[in-house]
Amino acid sequence: MQLARVTGTVVATQKHEKLVGVKLLLVQPMSADGGNNGSALLAVDAVQAGVGDRVLVVLEGRAAISVVQRRYAPVDAAVVGVVDTLMFESEDDRART
Amino acid sequence: MQLARVIGDVVATIKDPTLVGHKLLVLQPISPEGVVSGRGLVAVDSVGAGVGEHVFFVRGREASFPFLPDEVVTDANVIGIVDDWSHERDDKGE
Repeated sequence: MQLARVTGTVVATQKHEKLVGVKLLLVQPMSADGGNNGSALLAVDAVQAGVGDRVLVVLEGRAAISVVQRRYAPVDAAVVGVVDTLMFESEDDRART
Repeated sequence: MQLARVIGDVVATIKDPTLVGHKLLVLQPISPEGVVSGRGLVAVDSVGAGVGEHVFFVRGREASFPFLPDEVVTDANVIGIVDDWSHERDDKGE
């Protein structure tokens, strides 16, 4: 999974039938220090995440498909969690190991 | 999935039989700011998109799902035409 920030939503009237009723979010993958990590992508939403939330994103078809619960849906990314807190080891701990 | 702009279409007479009858579009992926992002690619179309439109597309094995039970040989598929999108500028990483 990948940490990301939700930056927006996408509206599409005309889309594949398996995507009807599915919420699409624009997410920006982020690195541990909060910076951007690669380019933004679209993910289906499984957890009612909102703009500004830090989230967990799966970048794999099979996992994303199980989120929309439609067999053979053409999706490759899904938001599967909203992050409450993130904790990392301190620089000192990292230097010691 | 990723946002893109349709910048062209492809005509190919000789192609894999599974591709016959499918429209091929040239896509330029874009960032949420609307700026060109990465290399262009060719994708099959499953929603009737045309040149100049903003779309989103799926990559990988899932790209062949919209035509099941036909197994179309493709690694990218346009699965939606974007009416509108919102994007909150993310100052932290930029």
